[in-house]
Amino acid sequence: MNYTLKIWRQKNAADSGSFVSYKVENIDGETSFLEMMDVLNQQLVTRGEEPVAYDHDCREGVCGMCSMYINGRAHGPNELTTTCQLYMRHFKNGSTIIIEPWRAKPFPVIKDLMVDRSAFDRIQQAGAYISMNAGSAPDANNIMISKEAADAAFEAAECIGCGACVAACKNSSASLFVSAKLAQFALLPQGQVERYQRTLNMVQAMDAEGFGSCSNTSACEAECPKGISVKHIAMMNRDYLKATMCSEKVMS
Amino acid sequence: MKLDAKIPEGPLAEKWTNYRSYTHLVNPANRRKVDIIIIGTGLAGASAAATLGEAGYNVKVFCFQDSPRRAHSIAAQGGINASKNYQNDSDSNYRLFYDTVKGGDYRGREANTYRLAQISGAIIDQCVAQGVPFAREYGGTLANRSFGGAQVSRTFYASGATGQQLLLGCYSELNRQIRKGNVKSYTRHEMLDIVVIDGKARGVIIRDLVSGEISRHSAHAIVLATGGYGNVFYLSTNAMASNATAAWRAYKKGAFFANPCYTQIHPTCIPVSGEYQSKLTLMSESLRNDGRIWVPKNKEDVKKDPRQIPEEDRDYYLERRYPAFGNLVPRDVASRAAKERCDAGYGVGPTGFAVYLDFKDAIIRLGEDLIRDRYGNLFEMYERITGDNPYNYPMRIYPASHYTMGGLWVDYELGTTIPGLYALGEANFSDHGANRLGASSLMQCLADGYFVLPATISNYLSEEFRHPAIPIDNPAFDQAEKEVKERIEKLMAIKGSQSVDELHKKLGRIVWNYIGLSRNEEKLTKALQLIDELKKEFWTDVKIPGSSKGMNIELEKAQRVADFLELAALMAKDALNRKESCGAHFREESQTEDGEAKRDDEHFRYVAAWEYAGEDKEPILNKEPLEFENIELKTRNYK
Ligand SMILES: Cc1cc2nc3c(=O)[nH]c(=O)nc-3n(C[C@H](O)[C@H](O)[C@H](O)COP(=O)(O)OP(=O)(O)OC[C@H]3O[C@@H](n4cnc5c(N)ncnc54)[C@H](O)[C@@H]3O)c2cc1C
Ligand code: SF4
Repeated sequence: MNYTLKIWRQKNAADSGSFVSYKVENIDGETSFLEMMDVLNQQLVTRGEEPVAYDHDCREGVCGMCSMYINGRAHGPNELTTTCQLYMRHFKNGSTIIIEPWRAKPFPVIKDLMVDRSAFDRIQQAGAYISMNAGSAPDANNIMISKEAADAAFEAAECIGCGACVAACKNSSASLFVSAKLAQFALLPQGQVERYQRTLNMVQAMDAEGFGSCSNTSACEAECPKGISVKHIAMMNRDYLKATMCSEKVMS
Repeated sequence: MKLDAKIPEGPLAEKWTNYRSYTHLVNPANRRKVDIIIIGTGLAGASAAATLGEAGYNVKVFCFQDSPRRAHSIAAQGGINASKNYQNDSDSNYRLFYDTVKGGDYRGREANTYRLAQISGAIIDQCVAQGVPFAREYGGTLANRSFGGAQVSRTFYASGATGQQLLLGCYSELNRQIRKGNVKSYTRHEMLDIVVIDGKARGVIIRDLVSGEISRHSAHAIVLATGGYGNVFYLSTNAMASNATAAWRAYKKGAFFANPCYTQIHPTCIPVSGEYQSKLTLMSESLRNDGRIWVPKNKEDVKKDPRQIPEEDRDYYLERRYPAFGNLVPRDVASRAAKERCDAGYGVGPTGFAVYLDFKDAIIRLGEDLIRDRYGNLFEMYERITGDNPYNYPMRIYPASHYTMGGLWVDYELGTTIPGLYALGEANFSDHGANRLGASSLMQCLADGYFVLPATISNYLSEEFRHPAIPIDNPAFDQAEKEVKERIEKLMAIKGSQSVDELHKKLGRIVWNYIGLSRNEEKLTKALQLIDELKKEFWTDVKIPGSSKGMNIELEKAQRVADFLELAALMAKDALNRKESCGAHFREESQTEDGEAKRDDEHFRYVAAWEYAGEDKEPILNKEPLEFENIELKTRNYK
């Protein structure tokens, strides 16, 4: 199959950037989207041009590196699918595919399709942990957790930190990402001690990074490749309210 | 050089306790004065950085991904072993130790492996306390499953995303230490050389992958937790950027490289489908708990719809050949058996290089819901890639490069042959012998990072802390930086005609065909010649557009492939030297009548630790004899 690709090219953070069109030909439907990008890059290198820079690593949908905005959708047209798990059989022969980086102020472009998501790391540093030094843990089965709670915490913990939720949101809100992490801990007994302080710290860090506020459109959930649910945002908001209204002592 | 593994005195079960009772310490007030550099944020690196941060050292941690959370460990699927005996199936530290040594075909070090088993339980405690959401039974206790090479259920898991959940656990603790100011994290930074001053590792040279800038960093000790070299095969289950550069640079600065020929080919991966393929996807070994592996009994059935092939015409060859372990034989055995069937003409799928992994019986026995609960995300991943639905059509799988048992030689303290340079996780060679059992790498990475290194490194630092901060204007730093820059400029100046990927693919084909699942003298000699030719081709014909200033992805890849080329040659040399079959290393010249691996304990019961002797000089082979005082050496038998 043949495609026309309109790709955002931007030399570095200071450059203003623009779309450039390329053609790729004889692409098999079993080729993954990123392998199709590899084919393009191979052509560019052969011509002596710089290849398109994009983030990717595991190519199994779990590292969260890949981050392309394809035909106006974060991670492309398929639901519950990261860019790396997208296959060319889902794109019509002869079509034009528009490929952009995540667009959000807190995610500045580094080069081409690569953005800086270090704001996510900083939010996690603000409180996404259970304070416990190595060696001080009790026997694992001393902490009994119902299967339902463990499964629910796991579902929240599956977030890969890709940032598609931010890219999909018209306000560039990071609420889905932040609430998923908060929910993982809030659903587990181990997470209770620091629950409200954690919520305060992480929400404040999220605001400080310049992410917008959540206006409940659920665009994030629709684009999240891991199907993280917006119900976590509701839980985050409840916890945040509690945390700001009462002192921590009273709550715990 | 005489290799000293520094194994503590005393009975096996007391060595680690004895070690910790007598090892030298650094008092908490002095730890602030000690700088430690850790390269890598996978399970091994992130757990080490977090724990050394907790202890109060000054830690700097580097990775080349855009966040520490994205290290290759994130992709591990199936699980992590521990000898908790929660299933009351007679598991014990000794049994885990025994299974690991036997699974590794008696080519690992007893003392290290026993320590690993002893620590395994504490790892699970640690992870649970951190909030890792492991799978649970309805009663609230932790769930377990079985992995290859074991007859007990000791594998803890979080659906098919165990690596992700464990790594996010380490990452959370790392974040706490970053917030406290004990750890400083550098992302999109790649280590390109080690700096050795007066025989001790004192620093590293780093390239900022965004700005292209080269910088120097010094420390009292350097820790490499940089993963394995499975990508020497080009196609592998490893993440795209996983590479051997850090370990290889250390080798060239004097760290010995042990058992490079022990590379694991995993039996259950999605088969190669086309020429543009960039990586191979693993289907976790846990699937062998419930899936049955087979090929048709008759060659005329290989292209038939497998669902139409009746029971009596199916050859469940693992169950047939190995009734005791059946589908749960170790990986090396399962991989060779699959290759044997396909080479004999019974392979299925479009290329004929695939076998079936069938869940039909399990679905009938347990119901689709339970199967979905256990393997749902793996089945989805399979369907997304192949378009087939494994709930009603058997999976097709084939072996692929997955893990490397070989790595930097380390002693009991995880120290390499360069004082002050440590190697953890997949980057070292120590615990798995010639074949690693499933779910044992995650265990080893976390044992190394949370428990072993924090205890052993203080033994070295107890003297080193007196040394004031290491200045970075030492001539050794000048020299190392100059070499790094010259190498980059040399690569940029070649301006040849082939892309890095094209050359890497060529290397991968050589390694797969000549140093792959089964080896012989003729193939290995040929491999050496082909690698040598390819190396010349690389250094005269590689094409890297752009400049070394700023981000340059092709330059990053070129440096890694340049090192893979040299490492591949050492793999072939090591495989040539080891004229026995053991674990994953199968020499066709050394097999039993029914095609099983035949060890030669008399001549090869040693670790081969290779010493760099200079450009274009033959590396020197050093031997560390392996003593087995607690296990009787036997022929592995899974029948
Ligand atoms: C698909 C898959 C599934 C697996 N499943 C399991 C499983 O279920 N159970 C199990 O026990 N094992 C499993 N394994 C094996 C296991 O995941 C790995 O062996 C293990 O995660 C390696 O961890 P590590 O910490 O040693 O290194 P890695 O996780 O590979 O991390 C390496 C780190 O080093 C950094 N790095 C490397 N070189 C440099 C450099 N030059 N400069 C700066 N940084 C550098 C990288 O950025 C990265 O942070 C699996 C492996 C694969 C491929
Ligand atoms: S919530 Fe979903 S979209 Fe947002 S970062 Fe996590 S996985 Fe990506």
